Amino acid sequence: MVDIPLSDFRHMAIEEFDTTKLLEHAARQARERGYDKFPIVDVDSHHYELESLGEILQYMDDPVLQQLAMSATQSGGSKGTGVLPSGIGYQDIGGRVLRYSVRKLEKVGGDEHRDITLTRRWMDAMGTDIAVIFPSPMLQLGLHPQVEMEVAFARAYNRWLVERVLSAEPRIRSMLYLPFNDPAASFRMVQEFAGKPGVVGFMVTAARYRPVHHNDYMRTYALLEEHGLPLAFHSAYDWNEQSMAMMNRFISVHALGFVFHNMIHMTNWIINGLPERFPKLKLIWIESGLAWLPFMIQRLDNEYMMRSSEAPALKKLPGDYIRDMHFTSQPMEVTDMGALETTFRMIKAETQLLYSSDYPHWDFDLPSTIYDLPFLSETAKRNILGGNAARVFGLELGGKLAKVA
Amino acid sequence: MPELFVAKVSELPDGERRIVAHDGLEIGVFCWQGAFYAYQNLCVHQGGPACEGIIMHKVEDVLGPDRTWHGQKFSDEEVHFVCPWHGYEYDLKTGECAADRRLRLKSFDVVRRGEDIYVIA
Ligand code: FES
Repeated sequence: MVDIPLSDFRHMAIEEFDTTKLLEHAARQARERGYDKFPIVDVDSHHYELESLGEILQYMDDPVLQQLAMSATQSGGSKGTGVLPSGIGYQDIGGRVLRYSVRKLEKVGGDEHRDITLTRRWMDAMGTDIAVIFPSPMLQLGLHPQVEMEVAFARAYNRWLVERVLSAEPRIRSMLYLPFNDPAASFRMVQEFAGKPGVVGFMVTAARYRPVHHNDYMRTYALLEEHGLPLAFHSAYDWNEQSMAMMNRFISVHALGFVFHNMIHMTNWIINGLPERFPKLKLIWIESGLAWLPFMIQRLDNEYMMRSSEAPALKKLPGDYIRDMHFTSQPMEVTDMGALETTFRMIKAETQLLYSSDYPHWDFDLPSTIYDLPFLSETAKRNILGGNAARVFGLELGGKLAKVA
Repeated sequence: MPELFVAKVSELPDGERRIVAHDGLEIGVFCWQGAFYAYQNLCVHQGGPACEGIIMHKVEDVLGPDRTWHGQKFSDEEVHFVCPWHGYEYDLKTGECAADRRLRLKSFDVVRRGEDIYVIA
């Protein structure tokens, strides 16, 4: 049982939780809109890796770090305390987004990994065929002051994920965590895991303080390009970042933080000419929404026209490089349909945009956020909901994953 | 318009709610301070089960006469129910979306006959 504290000294006792039941309305939307007729690929969703922390630490091969992590986990009171950078924050909006506090009540049966069962439950409800999953608290691992712990944890997690989850369920894929604070280890990570079951690319958590244009990263980008595997930047926030620390509410830090770090990485990426140096490397910007992109395009284009001498590697406008990149859709800003339509035009959404839910996080988007847009053709909807992702990741949607187009 | 049985009065104490369904229509019926309120269980945001979340009083800023800020409190008057999918809050007494009162849930009349509560769908 979970006892949720409410306002006014009241409490609410909850005894059971079931994802399928929570998402009944999503399943109805899927039926009404005929999602069984075309593939849906969710390019950003999550699981809670700390629920499997004990298993993950078994895969950590530095015996001293492993012992430290195991001990800290046991004595910390809550999982991950002492091992991962603490993410001060209120993702559950004070209990209002109920699934955070009650997910531990959800029952699964059978032998398969709990993460697989739970992931498939929400996928089935939403009508999703393939989901690319990412960890949750590890999104802040790039802020860990011990670089060697980031590397050790990342490799343990990646090994665990491939062996225990990705190998067992072809509908679940991932872009594996790169311990970006250690360029050499990042390179080795790509070497070790490219081609492993379910690995469709690699991911850098954006909340960190290493410039993406540093020469040390060039061989990693080259290796990814060689393998045809996309590189993704998954946004996150750092409330301790000096500017963010001026903000006193989580809404402020979340609204700006989840865009801020990706803005910096994207600016460095383009101004330093990396798209010219790695023309075949596919880039995906994850979980920053879309409203930042018209800003970035206009801002960088306008300044580049006057200061092209500072970005001599560019052969076209910054915005033209941005339009070659890919973006996940969530959290899609929908309060001004005219602005959204303009954004879709500016980023060539029909070919570049990749639907994502971010489920089970608090601000998830259902496929209907794309499917119900009044300004999209049926073809554009289907591209964004699955077709574009199939092309970017080279997904085979044949066999039992196929839906009749 | 069909009348749907919701519950006995004794089964729906203050702060509780029931969801009744009829022909694909779901209605959440709340009891709050002795009165009953009923709204369609379909969130204006992404269609979530708006009536199935927690009930919370509105959060308010406490400002001094000199317009300085002195913290926050829960409202004595205004209470919201919260859609569990993403946190949209609705005024329990009107069904209006607290963040934008131009948006509201469809409301339904509730009638009490003796010990029985009905909603008119
Ligand atoms: S569907 Fe209700 S808050 Fe999003």
